[in-house]
Amino acid sequence: MTQAKTSPSNTSHPMIKLDNVHKAFGTNKVLRGMSLEIPKGSSMVIIGGSGTGKSVALKSVLGLITPDSGEIYVDGKPANSGDRDAFLARFGMLFQGGALFDSLPVWQNAAFRLLRGALKRPVEEARAIAIEKLRRVGLKPDVADQLPAELSGGMQKRVGLARAIAAEPEIIFFDEPTTGLDPIMAGVINDLIREIVVEMGATAMTITHDMTSVRAIADNIAMLHDGVIKWTGPVEHLDDSGDPYLDQFIHGRAEGPIEAVR
Amino acid sequence: MNPLSLLARLGRVALAALAAIGRVALFAVSTFTHMLRPPYYPREFALSLLQIGWLSLPVVALTAVFTGGALALQVYAGGARFNAEAVVPQIVAIGMVRELGPVLVGLMVAARVTSSVAAEIATMKVTEQIDALVTLSTNPMQYLVAPRVLAALVTVPVLVGIGDIIGIAGGYTVSVHNLGFNSAAYLKNTVDFLEPLDLISSLVKGAFFGTIAATMGCYYGMQSGRGAQGVGSATKSSVEAAAVLILATNFILTGVFFSL
Repeated sequence: MTQAKTSPSNTSHPMIKLDNVHKAFGTNKVLRGMSLEIPKGSSMVIIGGSGTGKSVALKSVLGLITPDSGEIYVDGKPANSGDRDAFLARFGMLFQGGALFDSLPVWQNAAFRLLRGALKRPVEEARAIAIEKLRRVGLKPDVADQLPAELSGGMQKRVGLARAIAAEPEIIFFDEPTTGLDPIMAGVINDLIREIVVEMGATAMTITHDMTSVRAIADNIAMLHDGVIKWTGPVEHLDDSGDPYLDQFIHGRAEGPIEAVR
Repeated sequence: MNPLSLLARLGRVALAALAAIGRVALFAVSTFTHMLRPPYYPREFALSLLQIGWLSLPVVALTAVFTGGALALQVYAGGARFNAEAVVPQIVAIGMVRELGPVLVGLMVAARVTSSVAAEIATMKVTEQIDALVTLSTNPMQYLVAPRVLAALVTVPVLVGIGDIIGIAGGYTVSVHNLGFNSAAYLKNTVDFLEPLDLISSLVKGAFFGTIAATMGCYYGMQSGRGAQGVGSATKSSVEAAAVLILATNFILTGVFFSL
């Protein structure tokens, strides 16, 4: 099986490029030479079974995990070079569980980046932006002063989404955005993600198992298995890829090249 | 067992212990360097002052008052064996200020603050809140660790001072109301007997113990493993380490202040 690469839609360098990235935890080799390119302004969804290294790949781009070898480029520059704060200021991230700060009210969670650091704004302005972003993700202003623990899972996810887009980042990462949500709320979150990415012109990288999410969010798809990208291509080719790994995964078959017991 | 394999096992344990000490030492150094570097987080510091200092007052006061009262009863009963009951004010004062005040306050802070700091930070780690901080361009060492350790460094000496006073007051109350001591004489003996070095040693011990308690809570919280078991293990280990280090540091500081 060859490791395919997405062809950028334009001639400029991709927004994110992983080149032969390896990462092991002890004897467990999670990434075994992962290579992937994500064109600017596109939405890439990485799919794959549990434990195949999707989150590790995402966290490696952000520098939360240091790869053992290989190169990661963001906008043509090595990810581990230059000013770290300026680098991170380009990203927004929606975590799987929301990762909201329990001790802060909702609006301070959404405006976290705007209340401190290089992007600091006056408190009133930060609050106004937070309430606008909360409105954008379908939350009423009266949730602004509640604590995250007072909200449902779906509402927490939306607050996480509001926080991810509050500073209008160029790149947004979504880690299992619909996990733990009912189908209707999952659909709402999928639509929001798609709308926001298109509206902001951001580059998006999503990892998920949810095939409904994949079809709703993706421009391009990459299938990660055994630490390498087995297939990548546009979402339109998802059903006629001819790739046995992808076919087994998207149809949820127990039989096929992917072992059910890993 | 083969003596060589026993030796090898002992060596591995010793190396692991030294590596752990090294990691804690590096973490402590990193904490202090982050305290000095901007950005500063005054809101986090103020909240830590409240949590570590103000909200620890009730447990510190209750511990000190009962310990002071019990100490007075013990000294009186023990002194009676050789007609030395009159030394109660002096022994209560020196016992509370030099030893029991700082050690008991340190241990109560370890029980209350170290455990809560470790559990809070470990839960933040398990729920990816620490990763979220990093992605939001906020250094967890500066935002979470430095304010808590600085707050403990500032407030625990104050708690120790308050504990000393309340402990002596406990001894005074028992002595005057139950053991028949004269109130004015008791107070005069207490004040006359204490020396500045007694108070200084008490407050310095408090600063060390507070720093140890908060640093251990933060260290084990940041090192937490996954899941509920990881959080529980981090909390337990932090309190154990803080308590042992407080008692060992107390021994060393007592030697430095009063024996050398």
